[in-house]
Amino acid sequence: MKKNILTKEKIISTLLLLIAFTSITFVALIFFFLFHEGLPIFKHVSVREFLFGKYWYPTSDPPDFGIFPLFIGSILVTLLSSVIAIPIGVMTAIYLAEMASPFVRKILKPLIELLAALPSVVIGFFGMVVVAPFLQKYFDLATGLNLFNASLMLAFMSIPTICSISEDAIYSVPTELKEGSFALGATHLQTLLRVILPSSLSGISVAITLGMSRAIGETMVVLMVAGGAAMIPESIFDPVRPMPASIAAEMAEAPYKSLHYHALFAIGIVLFLFTWAFNMIAEYISHKYKQRGTATL
Amino acid sequence: MAIKENKVIEKAVFSIFRLSAYVNIMALGLFFYFLVKNGISAISWEFLTSPPKDMMTKGGIFPCILGTFILSFGSMIVALPFGIGTAIYLSEYAREGFVLRLIRIGINNLAGVPSIVFGLFGLALFATYLKFKVSILTGICTLGILVLPVIISTAEEALSSVPDTFREASYGLGATKWQTIKKVVLPAALPGILTGLILSLSRAAGETAAIMYTAAVFFAPRLPHSIFDPVMALPYHIYVLATAGTQIEKTRNLQYGSALVLVILILMMNLIAIYLRGKKQEKF
Repeated sequence: MKKNILTKEKIISTLLLLIAFTSITFVALIFFFLFHEGLPIFKHVSVREFLFGKYWYPTSDPPDFGIFPLFIGSILVTLLSSVIAIPIGVMTAIYLAEMASPFVRKILKPLIELLAALPSVVIGFFGMVVVAPFLQKYFDLATGLNLFNASLMLAFMSIPTICSISEDAIYSVPTELKEGSFALGATHLQTLLRVILPSSLSGISVAITLGMSRAIGETMVVLMVAGGAAMIPESIFDPVRPMPASIAAEMAEAPYKSLHYHALFAIGIVLFLFTWAFNMIAEYISHKYKQRGTATL
Repeated sequence: MAIKENKVIEKAVFSIFRLSAYVNIMALGLFFYFLVKNGISAISWEFLTSPPKDMMTKGGIFPCILGTFILSFGSMIVALPFGIGTAIYLSEYAREGFVLRLIRIGINNLAGVPSIVFGLFGLALFATYLKFKVSILTGICTLGILVLPVIISTAEEALSSVPDTFREASYGLGATKWQTIKKVVLPAALPGILTGLILSLSRAAGETAAIMYTAAVFFAPRLPHSIFDPVMALPYHIYVLATAGTQIEKTRNLQYGSALVLVILILMMNLIAIYLRGKKQEKF
């Protein structure tokens, strides 16, 4: 009887261990299938031509599979949205963690989390029907669907990620550190800049990395708002076609197992590797510079 | 003098911080203002309960709402066993070390995979390799994997916030580890797990890129009869109406209406989740 129970316990703990490996198994499967469907394109074009080719004309004859314009589109959209989202996100986090009264904090925090829950297709829709006509009218543009609009919408989406992770980091700075600083006669601002921010820097870096990783992989917003022209933009008001938008827009017209189909999976590989790198950086930062009590820095 | 100057600078800097917090709220406000102003007139009982008519230029969105419910609840059936199992392992069994680090890296990476890549994966594995075609089954498998990290992290948090005294009391009565988990820890963590469940439901309901090549179709002449049928879904419906319809301007009202319905659906789920979380915090 007792042995029976012990065997059962053993079986359950082994089973749970196996279940815990599902996530990494799926990551491996995603990796495998992307490569399986994507690699055949490199029999047709070299990796160099694929990554640095300036022309993306997958349906012409002969087709061109250079993803450089798409790649640049993704990078620019992500950078521009970060320029908007990082300051606002981090400053909001500072406000919530350090300045807001408990009452204001209790209301604002869920509201910002709500922002994170908004579906991307609705934000894309908002960018299309509200922001684009506005930009077109007031900036006198040919089209409101462009790099700037897409970055604005992406910033709107990545602020909650940046804000809530940074806020956790800032909020968890030990009170002794702040009190020590105040006791030495430092003002609140001095304490913030010289004590609180440096000791929560790793958390804030993780927040920024994850926010950028979300922006680079976001699909619906760039599909609907970025304008969709596969060219290297000359100004921030030019349309672009970031990598996720290309995949989403063209998959329907790419015949199964055609070169175009394989090329789109190959873009998927690039995208996957990119976000994977971002996540590993975040992982590395949070593992290496873990906030440990008062002993950070 | 210097102190006074410092005070002024401090005031100015802090006002900027406060302002940036209000920028978020303003953006959120503007978003809802336009959505409600233009969408509310489209919503009626008929809009919610009837199928689209006249080449999608009139009629309602009932099949889309139904499809979204099927997809999001279906994905929970796929994700829950794996999600809660992983969370139990992480919170109750795991010890610091290489294995734990590996599992965590897996979860974090899965959480970072872009949704369109999930779509590609679903298309390659479920729709093509396993021959599920574009169907509800393909969609719920894809979405199930996509929401897995959300379920794991919320359930783990819920489990580890159960006080250790609960476990010790159970061990003291002679219960084994699994009996303790089943009879004491899981029931106590239930509200927290439920919160995570609702949050993942809302994530799955709003997802577009992952279902556009795995489950969703622009128009289905009848409601789905089995899990091997494709469905119409609210997010995809909004996307297609707004970008590829034959009469984009003419159906603007329907687009706003559908977007408003989707946002209300997701807001409701999130409000329930926030309420449940508040309740849990009172308890321990």
